[in-house]
Amino acid sequence: MWIIAARELRSLFLSPLAWSILGAVQVICGWFFALQVYLFVQPNVQADLAMNPDAPGLTAMVVAFLFDWIGIVLLLVLPLLTMRLISEERRNNTLPLLLSAPVSMTSIILGKFLGMMGFFLILLTMLMLMPLSLLFGGSLDFGQIASGLLGAILFLGALTALGLYISTLTAQPTVAAFSTFAAFLLLWMFDWAEGVGEQNSVLSYLAITKHYQPLVKGLFSTTDVIYYVLFIALFLILSIKRLDSDRLQ
Amino acid sequence: MNLDSLVSVQNLSRFYGNFCAVKDISFEVKRGQILGFLGPNGAGKTTTMQVITGTLAPTIGQISIAGYDLLDFPLKAKGAIGYLPEQPPLYKEMRVVEYLHFCAKLHRIPRTEVANAVSRVLDQCGLEKVSQRLIGNLSKGYQQRVGIAQAVIHTPSVVILDEPTIGLDPIQIREIRDLIRRLGEEHSVILSTHILPEVQAVCNHVQIINNGQLIFNGSIDDLFSQKQSNVMQIALHRPPDIQLLKQIQGVKEVELQKNNRFRIQYIGDNTPTEILVEKSVVGNWGLYELIPEHRSLEQVFVALMDADEMPSTNESALEKKDTISTMEAG
Repeated sequence: MWIIAARELRSLFLSPLAWSILGAVQVICGWFFALQVYLFVQPNVQADLAMNPDAPGLTAMVVAFLFDWIGIVLLLVLPLLTMRLISEERRNNTLPLLLSAPVSMTSIILGKFLGMMGFFLILLTMLMLMPLSLLFGGSLDFGQIASGLLGAILFLGALTALGLYISTLTAQPTVAAFSTFAAFLLLWMFDWAEGVGEQNSVLSYLAITKHYQPLVKGLFSTTDVIYYVLFIALFLILSIKRLDSDRLQ
Repeated sequence: MNLDSLVSVQNLSRFYGNFCAVKDISFEVKRGQILGFLGPNGAGKTTTMQVITGTLAPTIGQISIAGYDLLDFPLKAKGAIGYLPEQPPLYKEMRVVEYLHFCAKLHRIPRTEVANAVSRVLDQCGLEKVSQRLIGNLSKGYQQRVGIAQAVIHTPSVVILDEPTIGLDPIQIREIRDLIRRLGEEHSVILSTHILPEVQAVCNHVQIINNGQLIFNGSIDDLFSQKQSNVMQIALHRPPDIQLLKQIQGVKEVELQKNNRFRIQYIGDNTPTEILVEKSVVGNWGLYELIPEHRSLEQVFVALMDADEMPSTNESALEKKDTISTMEAG
């Protein structure tokens, strides 16, 4: 399992895609982070904050905003990374190597998943350096950051699991990328159903971004965590079943 | 179960939807055997190999590798197999060495022995020179060799190669055949191919499959014994009347060819050679050439295929020697 994960991660960095994504995400998030910090230090904003007894602190205002952005940016980027997980193996006929080796289907899927998550951990570590730089000029609420980080990992895990599953369905990475993107968008849009009416509350409950927000705000609720864990487990199991059914056809 | 039997396939059938790719095949491969798996395109060779290696599940049937049932102990059974699929499973973005390290670890070679295993296969497959190059930049022949290296890195007891010499130049083909022969000394090898001389060159056991059914299963000598045809050619300086030749005992048909050459067909095992030579001396025919005609492996193969296409298909082709012979005559 770890061998497959390690190879996956290494292969990612052998392609320019991983580097360009790391760079681009860093630049985009850095830009918003800088804007937010700039906004925060504006005299009139500071004055407003000083007047208001319930004013959001530095963490709530800057870091939480950053996490929101990380979520949205990665939601757009992630299909490009997950698309190749299985479908590229199919297309290059490398799948038989894994299937005929003494590893179980579960280890193949978990290996792929963990390899991808390894990449996101690297990405998140790099992004976390930005809020940590605020320590030079102020203090941070590390509880909220930790909660936001956990939220980001779970959120990305859920998206990766779904992307992995879609990738097992096809031999064409582009098809996988587009379907994954559509699925993400749909899951995100469920969130907007809330405004339409009361009866849509189930839909909006299923929205993948819905459970991210509280964690970013520092509200750690087991419901949200379990939602993501179940989501990840569901799609990993579906992927395993799907790969297994290849042998039966 | 026989300990020496490394692969045992029983009543294997495989359907794709309603299409039956492999129909009720049973065979065993013993240690030290190099089994050539022959058949025309689409005969079910690749399907059979995929099923043996666990990349496809059988619809019906039982397979055990090195004593482990593939369904009950998939990991142990797969550990005993080295498999080179039709298209070598290579990660094109990796270096040869990196790739082989990965394969070694994937096959559970202990960490301390990985480096040894990799340098061993690099040497065996003649890959030292390209070991630091990207797989994607290698020529087809070298990629094929990397594929073979991958299949033997964990010294599996069964090596399964699906058309291993495709895309190689003649020298490489010879090297790979040598490698296969060496592998066959310690392991058993199943080799699928449709190149007939290859079977002749490396295999000591042959199976021919057509339309999903096994139509021949035996040693290479069995196959060669089928090669003997009952036709000979003679050349005479002063030929007699053709009727005289026809009257010789056992002769069925005589055909005059160019330059006083005759093609003589005889019945069954009644080789009329002795009588012919005697008569030639007595009659002063000036016999200067006598060649028993051998059928090439290709002809045997085609004959077996044809026999299989005939209406009463289900018996073994071996029992149809007569049918084949007459067909050959016609």
